Amino acid sequence: MTDSKYFTTTKKGEIFELKAELNSDKKEKKKEAVKKVIASMTVGKDVSALFPDVVNCMQTDNLELKKLVYLYLMNYAKSQPDMAIMAVNTFVKDCEDPNPLIRALAVRTMGCIRVDKITEYLCEPLRKCLKDEDPYVRKTAAVCVAKLHDINAQLVEDQGFLDTLKDLISDSNPMVVANAVAALSEIAESHPSSNLLDLNPQSINKLLTALNECTEWGQIFILDCLANYMPKDDREAQSICERVTPRLSHANSAVVLSAVKVLMKFMEMLSKDLDYYGTLLKKLAPPLVTLLSAEPELQYVALRNINLIVQKRPEILKHEMKVFFVKYNDPIYVKLEKLDIMIRLASQANIAQVLAELKEYATEVDVDFVRKAVRAIGRCAIKVEQSAERCVSTLLDLIQTKVNYVVQEAIVVIKDIFRKYPNKYESVIATLCENLDSLDEPEARAAMIWIVGEYAERIDNADELLESFLEGFHDESTQVQLQLLTAIVKLFLKKPTETQELVQQVLSLATQDSDNPDLRDRGYIYWRLLSTDPVAAKEVVLAEKPLISEETDLIEPTLLDELICYIGTLASVYHKPPSAFVEGGRGVVHKSLPPRTASSESAESPETAPTGAPPGEQPDVIPAQGDLLGDLLNLDLGPPVSGPPLATSSVQMGAVDLLGGGLDSLIGGTNFVAPPTAAVPANLGAPIGSGLSDLFDLTSGVGTLSGSYVAPKAVWLPAMKAKGLEISGTFTRQVGSISMDLQLTNKALQVMTDFAIQFNRNRVQNMGRLARFGLAPAAPLQVHAPLSPNQTVEISLPLSTVGSVMKMEPLNNLQVAVKNNIDVFYFSTLYPLHILFVEDGKMDRQMFLATWKDIPNENEAQFQIRDCPLNAEAASSKLQSSNIFTVAKRNVEGQDMLYQSLKLTNGIWVLAELRIQPGNPSCTLSLKCRAPEVSQHVYQAYETILKN
Amino acid sequence: MIHSLFLINSSGDIFLEKHWKSVVSRSVCDYFFEAQERATEAENVPPVIPTPHHYLLSVYRHKIFFVAVIQTEVPPLFVIEFLHRVVDTFQDYFGVCSEPVIKDNVVVVYEVLEEMLDNGFPLATESNILKELIKPPTILRTVVNTITGSTNVGDQLPTGQLSVVPWRRTGVKYTNNEAYFDVIEEIDAIIDKSGSTITAEIQGVIDACVKLTGMPDLTLSFMNPRLLDDVSFHPCVRFKRWESERILSFIPPDGNFRLLSYHMLSWDVGKINPQKLPSLKGTMSLQAGASKPDENPTINLQFKIQQLAISGLKVNRLDMYGEKYKPFKGIKYMTKAGKFQVRT
Repeated sequence: MTDSKYFTTTKKGEIFELKAELNSDKKEKKKEAVKKVIASMTVGKDVSALFPDVVNCMQTDNLELKKLVYLYLMNYAKSQPDMAIMAVNTFVKDCEDPNPLIRALAVRTMGCIRVDKITEYLCEPLRKCLKDEDPYVRKTAAVCVAKLHDINAQLVEDQGFLDTLKDLISDSNPMVVANAVAALSEIAESHPSSNLLDLNPQSINKLLTALNECTEWGQIFILDCLANYMPKDDREAQSICERVTPRLSHANSAVVLSAVKVLMKFMEMLSKDLDYYGTLLKKLAPPLVTLLSAEPELQYVALRNINLIVQKRPEILKHEMKVFFVKYNDPIYVKLEKLDIMIRLASQANIAQVLAELKEYATEVDVDFVRKAVRAIGRCAIKVEQSAERCVSTLLDLIQTKVNYVVQEAIVVIKDIFRKYPNKYESVIATLCENLDSLDEPEARAAMIWIVGEYAERIDNADELLESFLEGFHDESTQVQLQLLTAIVKLFLKKPTETQELVQQVLSLATQDSDNPDLRDRGYIYWRLLSTDPVAAKEVVLAEKPLISEETDLIEPTLLDELICYIGTLASVYHKPPSAFVEGGRGVVHKSLPPRTASSESAESPETAPTGAPPGEQPDVIPAQGDLLGDLLNLDLGPPVSGPPLATSSVQMGAVDLLGGGLDSLIGGTNFVAPPTAAVPANLGAPIGSGLSDLFDLTSGVGTLSGSYVAPKAVWLPAMKAKGLEISGTFTRQVGSISMDLQLTNKALQVMTDFAIQFNRNRVQNMGRLARFGLAPAAPLQVHAPLSPNQTVEISLPLSTVGSVMKMEPLNNLQVAVKNNIDVFYFSTLYPLHILFVEDGKMDRQMFLATWKDIPNENEAQFQIRDCPLNAEAASSKLQSSNIFTVAKRNVEGQDMLYQSLKLTNGIWVLAELRIQPGNPSCTLSLKCRAPEVSQHVYQAYETILKN
Repeated sequence: MIHSLFLINSSGDIFLEKHWKSVVSRSVCDYFFEAQERATEAENVPPVIPTPHHYLLSVYRHKIFFVAVIQTEVPPLFVIEFLHRVVDTFQDYFGVCSEPVIKDNVVVVYEVLEEMLDNGFPLATESNILKELIKPPTILRTVVNTITGSTNVGDQLPTGQLSVVPWRRTGVKYTNNEAYFDVIEEIDAIIDKSGSTITAEIQGVIDACVKLTGMPDLTLSFMNPRLLDDVSFHPCVRFKRWESERILSFIPPDGNFRLLSYHMLSWDVGKINPQKLPSLKGTMSLQAGASKPDENPTINLQFKIQQLAISGLKVNRLDMYGEKYKPFKGIKYMTKAGKFQVRT
C-alpha cells in the first residue's frame, strides 16, 4: 500500500472520477481523493478544475485532510480567485482555534494565497497572530508579513505591520527574533531605501543574544543582518567579532560563511597592531579549510568566496596551499576553482610544489581542466618572476608531449610570457615554430603569428612562415586574419626589401576581398599609414608595448571591497555586485544596473550578465582587440579627403601628416598603390568613428545616420586664459561610444607639445544608491605631433563611464584639466545628458507600464517645451536617433501621447510621456524616474534634441 | 528565499515539484537540462545556474537532482545546505532516498516539504520535530490508519519546536537506555608516483546514537583534546564550555546525530624505524576484456582499520547528569580511507 496508487488512472477520465470521490459521503474516501489530487499536482498536472470540490472538503476536524486542502489551495487559489473567497471563513475561524498549531497553520496558509480579495480579510487575523501568546504563532505571523508585503506592500505599510514586525526584534523568543529579521530583510531587499532594519547598539545586542539561541537558519539571517551594521568604533567592532567568532565552528556551512563575512568586514576597522587582529586572522583559516571537506556543491560556493578572501587578505590562507590541490575525482567545477586559487596563493615559497602539481594536472584526461592547468603555468610565470624560467621549461616539456590541445594552450601562454619578460626567452621560438602545422585553434594560431611578427627580425624564414598562413587567408577566423595582417606589416617595417610583395598581398586581401569591416578598416589604416608616412607607421606599429602583469587577473580593488561585503551571496559566486544582475528582486521591476558595461546589456535579460560578456552589437564595429586599432581611431585625420590619399603632406592635414618623411626613405623609391576607396560601400563606413568616416567623406552624414544629436563646437577654453591654447569642443555619441570632440588651436608663438587631459569626477546621489556617471577619458589624449603656432588639430577623445565618482553641482558638470608643455589649464563644461542615453533604452511595453506604476508619483516632473512645432512622428524619430525610444503611442482627444523610455549608462531608466497637440507649438513632457534629480537634465536634453 | 523545488532523475524527468510561493512553470528546468547536457557526467553539472529570471541551485544525490529555484539574492550555501537537509530527511523517513520511494510516499513527501519551509524560510528541519508533525510511514501504521481512519499528521505543536533545545522532544522513553559513540577518521591523501605524500589530511567525525529517557545532560571528555583545533559542532554542544574546559557538554538529540566533525592536517604517527620503513604493496589486475585504462591512471585506495583513530584521539569519559538511571555506554574507533589517491 503505497502512495503510488494515487497515480493510477482509470478509463473514465481521471478528473471525472476524482470529482465523484471528492463529493463522497465517506470521510476516508474523500481524504484518499484529495491525496490523489495532491499527487497529480506534484507531477505538474493541472487539477485546478476540481477547485470547488476540494474546497468543500476544507471544513473538517481531520488535521491531515485540512492540511492537504490547504496545500491544494496555495497552488490554485490564484487561478480561481472567486472560488478562493469561499475558503476565507474557515481561515478566519481557524485563526481563533485554541490549538496554536491550527492558528499558525491558518495564518500561514492565508498568506500564501496570492489573491487580493483574500488579503483584505487577512489583516485582522494577522494582527492578532503577531501578538499571539504562543511564540510559534508569532514566528509564523512574522513570515506572513513578508508574504503579504510581496502581494500588497502598501497595505502592509498602511496597516502598521512593519512597526509590529520591528517590535518583534525585541521578542523574548529567539526564534521569533530570527524570523522577524528574516522577514524584515526580505522586505528591505525590495525597498532598498526604507530604513527598516534600523540597527543601533541596543538592537545589535539583542540580535547577538538571539544569535546564540536560535536555529541555524535564523543564525544565517541574523549574521547577514549584522553584516550591514556599521560599528561606531573599533572597540565595538571587536566586541561584535568576539561574539560572532564561535559561529565559525558551526556544522552548517552557510552559518560559517555568514560569520566569515561579518568578521572580514569588521576586521577592516581593527588596527593591525592589535593582538586581537592577529588572533582573528588565525581563527579564520580553519573554518575555511573545513568548508572544503563538505559536499562538492558547498565546496564550489566556498571556493568562489575563498577566491575573494585570498585576494583581500592573502595572509589568512597563505600556508594552506595544499588543501587546494585537486583530487582527480573532484567535479570539474571544483577543479577549476581550486586551480584559480592555487595561482592566487602561488609565491616564491611554494612555487615548486605548485608547478609540480600543475604539470601533473596537464596530463589528466579532462580537456577543459588540462587547458586551464597549462594556462595556470603561464600565469605563475607572470606572477612569480623567479619561477618564469622553470615555467617556460615546463611548458616546453608539455609541448614535447605533442598532445594537440596542450601544445596550442602552451603557445598561447608563452606569448604572454614574452610580453611580460621581453628579450629573455626568445630562444624557445624555434621549438614553437616546429609545431606550427599542428595548430588548428584560432587563439593558438593568432598567438603564433603574433610571435612570428613580433620577433620577425630573429626568425630567418619569418616571411615564409607568414606566407604559409596567407594561402588560406579567407578561411581563417577574424582573430587570425587581424593578427596576420599586423604581423606582416610588422615584418615589412622590419625587413622592407624582401617583403614588399607579401605586404601588398595581405593589404589587398584585407581591404578588397574581405567583407569584414574590422579587417578592412585595419587594412586601410595600415595602407594609408604606410603610403603617407612610413616613419610614423613604424612608430605606431612597432611601438613599445606596455608589459602585462598578473594584476590583469585580479579583481579591481573597489569592486573587491564591495564584494567582500557580499560574501556568501550570489554576488560572491559571480564576482559581480548585486546591482549588476538583480535589483529589487520584485518580479516585474527586474532591471539591470550595470555600472561598467551599461551600453551593451539589455533590460530584458539582465541576469545573463554574470555568465559572461553579453552579446553586444558593438564588436563588429569597434574591435576590442588589437593594440593598434584603438589608438588609431582616436586620430582625427582632419578635413575630408576625397579620392585616394597620396603621400603628400599638407599643414591642414593634422597630426599624422606633419611628421613628414616619405615612403621613399624606406623602400627606396617604389611607389605604393593607394587603397581604392570605391571598394567600400558607403553605409559601412559610417559607424566606424570620426577618423575613418572623414576618410570616406561621410562627415555630413554621420550625425543623422547613427549617432545622437551633436551640438556645434563651442569655445571651452579661450586662448587668453590658457597662454595661447584655445580649446573648443562638443560631445558626441555614436553606436554606444561617447566621445569628446576637441579642437585645439595654438594661438601662441611657440610650439606646443606633450598634451594630456584629465577629468575631475562626477556623479549624482539617488535614493541611497549612488547614481554614477563617472565620465572618464578612455584613452590618452593623442596629439601626435607638436602643434605649431596658428595650427589647429581636431581630436576625438573616446570617453568611458567607468571613472571614479565625486558629487558635482550640477550633475552634468565636467571639470577638465589639460596639460601641455607650457602649463596646466582648467576649464569646466556642461555635457548634454543625452550622450549618456544608451542604445538599448527601449523598454518593453509591459515593463513600461509596471515600472511607471511602480515609481512613486512624487518622482514625477512636468515640463513645457515651447516653440517646437513638430508632429508626433517627426519628434519620435528625432528623439530615437538620440536613443530616446517611443514605447507606445496613443491619441487622446486629439492630442498625441508618446510614451518613451531611455536608459542612462549607469542603468537608470527614465520614463517619459510627451504630449503633443497638433497646431500648438508647445508640448508637455512628464518624466518619471527613480532618480528624480536627473529629470531636469533629461528635459534639457529633450529640448536640445527637439529644437535642432 | 527558496521559491520552488524540482526533483529530476538522471534521464531528465521531473518527477516531483513543490512551490512555496507562486507556481513557477517547470519550463524553467530547461536551463538545467541544457547545463546537464553540456556536462558530460551528472556530477559535473554546475550547482548554480543563472536563467533570465531565476537562479537554479542544485545538489546531486542518490542519482537525483534536487533543483531549487530562487528569484532574489539568497545565500547560495543556505539553499544548498537546505537541499542536503531535504535529502537527509527523506533518507531518515524512508530508509533510502530514491525515485521509486519518493513516488511511493509522495503525499508524505509533500507534507514534509511543506513543513520544512514557509514562504521559502526554513520552518522545521530537525527530524525530531518533523516526525512529530508528520509521522514516518511504517507498515504497521499504514495498516492501522486504514482500519481506524486515523492520520499520520500530528495535531499537537511539537514540544521541542520552541524550547531552548529544539533538537530534542520531551517525554522520550526507553526501556534500554544506551549511548554509543563512533569516532571515525577518514584519511584524504594524494601520493605521487615515487610514493611520497603530496597532501594528507584527516576528516574526523564523532557520530552518536543516543537513546536515553528524559532530558539527559551529557559530558564527553577527551584524553588529548588539544588535537582538536578545527572543529564544527552540532548545535547542541555548549561552545563556551568547550572553549574554557575542552569538554563537550550537551543535551543530545534523540537518536542518530553527528556530534562533531574535525579536521587535521598533520598528526603524530609514532615511531618508525628508519632502517625498516613500512611499505604497502598491491597489485592491480584488469578484468579480461576490459578496455585499457589511461596511461597513468590514478588509483583510489580503500581500507579500514578497526578500533583505531589514526590521529590518536581518545575519549576519556562520558558522564550523564539530570537523570537517575544508568545507561549503557559504548565507544568505537575506526580509521578508513577517504579520498585516498595514488598517482601512477
